[in-house]
Amino acid sequence: MGGVVRALLRRAVQAVLVTVLVSGLCFTLVRLLPGDQALRVAEGRYGYDRVTTASADAVRAELGLDRPAAEQFMAWVARLAQGDLGVSLVTGDRVVEEVAYQLGHTLLLSLAALSLALLAGPALGLFAGLRPGGVLDQAGMVGAAALRALPVFALGIGLMLLFGVTLGWLPVAGFHATENLVLPALALGLGLAAASARVARDATVAATSAPFFGFALLRGLTRAQAVRQHVPRNAAVPVLAYLGVNLALLVEGVVVVESLFGWPGIGHALSHAIAARDVPMLQGTALSLGLIFVALNAFTDLAILAADPRRRG
Amino acid sequence: MRGLRRIAARGHSPARLMGGTLVGLVVLMAILGPLLVEGSPTRQDLSAVLDPPSADALLGRDHLGRSVLVRLVHAARLSVSLGAATVVAAAVPGILLGLLAAWAGGWTDRVLSGLGDAVLALPGLLLVLLVVALAPGAFWPLFLGLSLAMWVEWFRVTRAASGALLASPAVEAARLLGFGPWHVLRRHVLPEMAPLFGTLAAFGFAGAVLAVGALGFIGIGLRPPTAEWGLMMVELLPHYDEAPLAMLAPALCLFALVLGLQLLAGRDPR
Repeated sequence: MGGVVRALLRRAVQAVLVTVLVSGLCFTLVRLLPGDQALRVAEGRYGYDRVTTASADAVRAELGLDRPAAEQFMAWVARLAQGDLGVSLVTGDRVVEEVAYQLGHTLLLSLAALSLALLAGPALGLFAGLRPGGVLDQAGMVGAAALRALPVFALGIGLMLLFGVTLGWLPVAGFHATENLVLPALALGLGLAAASARVARDATVAATSAPFFGFALLRGLTRAQAVRQHVPRNAAVPVLAYLGVNLALLVEGVVVVESLFGWPGIGHALSHAIAARDVPMLQGTALSLGLIFVALNAFTDLAILAADPRRRG
Repeated sequence: MRGLRRIAARGHSPARLMGGTLVGLVVLMAILGPLLVEGSPTRQDLSAVLDPPSADALLGRDHLGRSVLVRLVHAARLSVSLGAATVVAAAVPGILLGLLAAWAGGWTDRVLSGLGDAVLALPGLLLVLLVVALAPGAFWPLFLGLSLAMWVEWFRVTRAASGALLASPAVEAARLLGFGPWHVLRRHVLPEMAPLFGTLAAFGFAGAVLAVGALGFIGIGLRPPTAEWGLMMVELLPHYDEAPLAMLAPALCLFALVLGLQLLAGRDPR
């Protein structure tokens, strides 16, 4: 029980750090951007051709932009604490609502990619590891090395051209039907799956050459029984640990893959917000992605604790 | 003698050799390419749009009639120099602060480690993106963001490895003999950590090059008409069937460089 509490506590601290870091950077960003901030906000509200000095001054007084920076930062944090992320400078919609809509799409995509990395990759690695040096092992490991070196966007384009254009099996854009999910999920998940295959393979080799495995065979278990009993659980811990360290790659991939496939998630919105210098939107999306990262980390911690009784305590 | 044995122990595996060759080729291309291949990466020839390979443009021309080969070698120079600069800018503070934390311990260690944890709380690319948002399209925020995201790894590895080394009997003996910190670092700590640093540098280099390509690709990294591999790919995406080579070439270069670095680095140190 202590292990669980400690893990969750650590992640709670991380969540606070993410919030402070993102909001601090965004606050600095607003102040560093060239031009008058009040004028920019007024433009967003009334349209760029109807802004007057008077309306900019009204905005300045209303938002307290004329007060000292420290005071403004406290107000900024107070608003954040109430869950108020402000209004997008581009669309004029509330950032919270936009992010809530995008969140579902991003989670769907990430979970599809994660399941690829957690099921397909380790399964392949396990079979490769049962015969080290065999055909499957060597081919699989060359493939895994190549996949890890392939940039996510190049992989995405390759998948698009192969399955979308040449073979014509799958749609390359859109987000309503299930088949729309396949290509983005593959682009996002294949690299992670390759990495976890590699880890599972090494863990399998280690488990099958461990003394307890030889003892299981001596006890009269068949090789298949011994593998089933000892290998998956022993391989699960390093795979989960590796994935936990590399969750950053998943979050980074989300930004690229969503932009490439036009997937209406948080990563896509983030890259748009940067291009448009839409700071409230940037803060909202970066904060959500950061917190998704923390949540996934927490889940991984709990999964490791569930798989490995030695770490509870 | 010790150095020799270490080289023999590390060995020159085929994977390492292949990695070294790939990286060497791309670096050579970055250094010599712009000297050997004449022409400007932004010179357009609108009468030769999407031309197939020819004598004066060995890899053909892109949608604005620019020579793909010229752009490719200039992009190589950009990526390699940005990657190298980022590694240096991340390694120097990372190693120094790591040594400081391991040496001083106590509050210094706690504050520095806390700082490192704070940076690691965010995925690296997210931090880069937030810094890039300061001035999208410019070179320096990209460099600053990448260095800011990557020094932590150097710090943590240095701190952990040198902490163990500083507690070793060899260091204790050296200290008792009256040798100063400089001698201990130079003679006992840094040489032992050199292979680790090599691995970190290779992974950091690959990460930086990939990030630059990815950001260019999604339109928030460097701006056109800069010759950059990710940008070249996204610019030619609409013309993939007319000029497949023009899109494939930058992808292959990036792939070769990253694969080479990963093979050179060996196993993931994390």
